Amino acid sequence: MAQNRLGGQTISFIQNLPRITSRASIVGKKEGEGPLAQYFDKILEDDLWGEKSWEKAERRMFIEAAQLIMKKAKKEPADINYLFGGDLLDQIISAAYAARSLGIPFYGLYGACSTMTESISLGAVMVDGGYADHVLCLTSSHFCTAERQFRFPLEMGTQRPPTAQWTVTGAGGVLLSSSGEGPCITHVTTGKVIDFGIKDANNMGAAMAPAAADTIRAHFEDTGRGPEDYDLIVTGDLAKYGRELTIHLLKKEGYDIESRFIDCGCEIFSEEQDIHAGASGCGCSAVVLAGYLLKQMEDGQFNRILMASTGALHSTVSSQQGDSIPGIAHAIAIEKKG
Amino acid sequence: MDSIDVKQKKIHKEYQDLANSISPKSNIIGNCIRAFLVGGTICTFGQLITNIAKNYYDMNTEEASTITSISLIFISALLTGMGIYEKIGKRAGAGSVVPITGFANSIVSPAMEHKREGYVMGVGAKMFSIAGPVLVYGISASVVVGLVNYFFIR
Repeated sequence: MAQNRLGGQTISFIQNLPRITSRASIVGKKEGEGPLAQYFDKILEDDLWGEKSWEKAERRMFIEAAQLIMKKAKKEPADINYLFGGDLLDQIISAAYAARSLGIPFYGLYGACSTMTESISLGAVMVDGGYADHVLCLTSSHFCTAERQFRFPLEMGTQRPPTAQWTVTGAGGVLLSSSGEGPCITHVTTGKVIDFGIKDANNMGAAMAPAAADTIRAHFEDTGRGPEDYDLIVTGDLAKYGRELTIHLLKKEGYDIESRFIDCGCEIFSEEQDIHAGASGCGCSAVVLAGYLLKQMEDGQFNRILMASTGALHSTVSSQQGDSIPGIAHAIAIEKKG
Repeated sequence: MDSIDVKQKKIHKEYQDLANSISPKSNIIGNCIRAFLVGGTICTFGQLITNIAKNYYDMNTEEASTITSISLIFISALLTGMGIYEKIGKRAGAGSVVPITGFANSIVSPAMEHKREGYVMGVGAKMFSIAGPVLVYGISASVVVGLVNYFFIR
């Protein structure tokens, strides 16, 4: 009998509440010029960061973010039981090569831009189940590596439509521990893959919004909670129009979240930075969570937040073959407890 | 099952309409005007090269147009390498894509991008990843036109 299940999609942690005991974020130059700059641990001077390729630069961000998290918690790689992580590149090479350097037992995950909360979901289960004392959950993305894999070469003179999103250059993550100081992960709601038939790869927010709305609705139904139980509801990278659509879809289900709902993709850049609809990428929700949101919780601005990173699970092949874009969102509830 | 499928389809359709109404469209008129101005400027510049070649260097029309193409391709490749062409393209859209300079840009940019995967499988293999379809269908079309010309018009 699974005692810790609530409803169809949610689990709650009871035994060893996983705590976020350390966090770190590294971002690119453009992110470092945005409104959240002061919250990030490290800002790169340029996209290459002295490496030979963008892929190597992304890998190094991943490694250094992991080292920073461990350093802040005064831990060595040998103290960490598991590393859960992923990125956007084919065969998740950033995470895998970083794990090669770090030497921590590694589960590589691909949930597109939902990978941050996917990692935390699984890491939290490990800690609560008594299988681990310290789990590192980390994701990264890089504008240049994503752009060349999913779209056009950078130097190609193309126009971006108003719904296009800008992939965040950044790596961020948290350390989940069975003891210590920090906010707890209390619930995990695992998302279903939802596809409402959006085909435009330049409108990812619209493709992912139904998944975000479905997971948030499932979370409320399973836990008996409502929007008013949270100080803040956060989605990963729906951007301006995806956020509007999510508000709309949830209103139809009877939940009004608008007044306490932010999207990481809308927060990290300012309007003047010419990024169109907003930001995206695995790194987006990772650095906003690790940099901004957890700091705000530390400072007492928020006591309980619901965070759902959102991912678009298509590839260039599926898009070329005319398939629509399926979305996914995994939600985690984070709460300050004494 | 059928009725559920129909219901599902209706929900999807409603959602797609909603998404379309919320998502802003590109500014087509503004884009057209900018494309016209930039494309026109590039073509006028090309004409200038042609005229100079003809009037000052004593070339015939065929030689002059070859010089024009070569010059425009060189300038475009140089601007691509300096990261300037993408900035023009961002504003100009079709205005800088349609002329021969856009073609040069679409070959140079993947070549630059894939240099790190080596000169054979990187630059060599990926150089025509964007311009390739244009070449395939452009050359195919020219063969068809040539055959029609040979058999029916000549």
